[in-house]
Amino acid sequence: MKYLEEYRDGAAAQEYLAAIRKLVTRPWTLMEVCGGQTHSIVRYGLDEMLPPELTLIHGPGCPVCVTPIHLIDRAVAIARTPGVIFASFGDMLRVPGSSSDLLRARAAGADVRIVYSPLDAVAIAEANPERQVVFFAVGFETTAPANATAVLLASKKRLTNFSILVAHVRVPPAIAAILSSPFCKVQGFLAAGHVCTVMGTGEYHDLAARYAVPIVVTGFEPVDILHGVAMAVRQLEEGRHEVEIAYGRAVRPEGNLPARQAVEEVFEVVDRTWRGLGGIPASGLGLRERFAAFDAERRYPEPGPPAAESPDCIAGLVLQGLKKPRECGAFGTRCTPEHPLGAPMVSSEGACAAYYLYRRRAAAAAPS
Amino acid sequence: MSGLVCPVPLGPGEQILLAHGGGGRLTRDLIEKELLPALRNPALEPLADGAVLDVPAGRLAFTTDSFVVQPLFFPGGDIGTLAVNGTVNDLAMCGAQPLYLSLGLILEEGLPLADLRRVVASVAQAARAAKVVVVTGDTKVVERGKGDGVFAHTSGVGVVRAKDPLGATEVRTGDAVLVSGPIGQHGVAVMAVRDGLAFANPIVSDCAPVADAVMALIDAGVTLRCLRDPTRGGVSSALNEIASQAGVEIELDEAALPVTDEVAGACEVLGLDPLYVACEGRFLAFVAREDADRALALLRSRDDCRGAARIATVKPASAGIVTMRTRIGGVRVVDMLSGEQLPRIC
Repeated sequence: MKYLEEYRDGAAAQEYLAAIRKLVTRPWTLMEVCGGQTHSIVRYGLDEMLPPELTLIHGPGCPVCVTPIHLIDRAVAIARTPGVIFASFGDMLRVPGSSSDLLRARAAGADVRIVYSPLDAVAIAEANPERQVVFFAVGFETTAPANATAVLLASKKRLTNFSILVAHVRVPPAIAAILSSPFCKVQGFLAAGHVCTVMGTGEYHDLAARYAVPIVVTGFEPVDILHGVAMAVRQLEEGRHEVEIAYGRAVRPEGNLPARQAVEEVFEVVDRTWRGLGGIPASGLGLRERFAAFDAERRYPEPGPPAAESPDCIAGLVLQGLKKPRECGAFGTRCTPEHPLGAPMVSSEGACAAYYLYRRRAAAAAPS
Repeated sequence: MSGLVCPVPLGPGEQILLAHGGGGRLTRDLIEKELLPALRNPALEPLADGAVLDVPAGRLAFTTDSFVVQPLFFPGGDIGTLAVNGTVNDLAMCGAQPLYLSLGLILEEGLPLADLRRVVASVAQAARAAKVVVVTGDTKVVERGKGDGVFAHTSGVGVVRAKDPLGATEVRTGDAVLVSGPIGQHGVAVMAVRDGLAFANPIVSDCAPVADAVMALIDAGVTLRCLRDPTRGGVSSALNEIASQAGVEIELDEAALPVTDEVAGACEVLGLDPLYVACEGRFLAFVAREDADRALALLRSRDDCRGAARIATVKPASAGIVTMRTRIGGVRVVDMLSGEQLPRIC
């Protein structure tokens, strides 16, 4: 299939691997920011094909994984409200809150629907004027433009029965938080290609300069990822720390201007709590005051005090790259995709789920 | 008013009423006017409590399956074709030539009669194509809201033609795994209709009987070890079951997996993996290594298996596992599906 096969091509991958082997002279640690990249890396076995000097650490870029437990609880409580149609992307349904998840709420009678676009949720609201429709607006900057567009559309249509539960997060503050940790081992970043497709690279120059780390905007197919790794390693070996784009077919330095305008119009930067990482200043997006009518958090009462994470889950250490999933005592035993203790085991983009799905043999062979 | 007036009973109209399941005149009408004409055969005709059948000498295979697909109609089939082919294919996976089916229909009050006629016509047509006859049946009607239009249930009997025992425990190191055609079409076709997705080239379900192809392999003397139809959970789940029962490693070759461009594209858009998507007209055959080329050539010479491929090899292992040699040369584990496959955010 065009635009797919060529980026999954074995020969091209081998060429990049050879180039990387030639470049590497000493150990380097890179972090791929996005869960989609983690998924590809583990799925195709890329990390095991790279030279042993290179370590890849899996970053916090899975929106499903970092959505805080109190927002999941909030979503479940809203979904259970009589008369509400709760619409969500599919992989949020299985994320465990403190006592339930959206799939269980659906089984118990809540009207929870999977949609592929927030615009579908707007259409549901139009078709059901007597019901309240709430969309779970989750994601990084990648999904923000579509969610902003949904709010603009609902506003234009003067819908009074549509609102969104906002859990948007932003990548650059998370990178800064990881880099400012005294335990940080990361020497270079593969930035999330689709986040930068929307936002461009402007926000990353300051990070690269301030922390002296190369940041290479990278795609998601195996050949894309190897391309990004090669560019990051070249910078490290040459002592450079710049922002470069290894995903030129999607990313322009200025990003997607109409998409950015929509986000800017609807959302403003807010502080956000990340599951596993805690509070990070200015790391989220919230609805601007003039769109407050579309804010589900204001429409529905808080279900109770925020719940605590499972003490057995080391998601925070995994999401910061301080531990590999396999180093968790609960991995594959008390914590599995069927019974996840924490979010990285739930989404297919979560680091723990990726290791569980594709690496169980290695886990079984590893010394316990 | 001149005393009590006995109301004239309403005709059935153009939809299923609760009375169609009441055992009275409407039930009889439903069976005699809607079901019997399409499915007529000497064993069914007496409309007795059960069918009395002639069976060839040998061993019988017997299977049963329920069908609850939504939507009822999708490109390439409907719940009627599924109900026939699902059971026929389960018999074929036992190495049996399917012979007879039962058909149970649970209808929801308010179902348009036109929909029922369409489903019954599909059952009749699929049965003819699979060379089986529906010899006994049953209908029930449930209140509106208590069903999903139509639930179907079929049981089937066939006579075993395979000479060797078939099953996961017969699988041997070195065996080749063949698949009879491109994977994932049924699941994606149904999902596309369910989610209102329109593709430039509509994806058509692969729903079809596979018994003829299986019998051809048996007649050609191919050494078969195990047959499995990758329905719910797709190829990955079927192989995982076999690997764990047989205690072997099954190594898939990603580059050899037959997936059409349409299905590959739809799966990319939906965030699904074709390995986990259901097929309803494909089968996996574990074949002795020395017969693999011949079996594959035979399948590919048939119109219904032109897209067949050799996709995996059985290797020794201490515990059952399915792995995949990826297109770019890495190796990974291919796990059983956990819960339903959920579309991803991004």
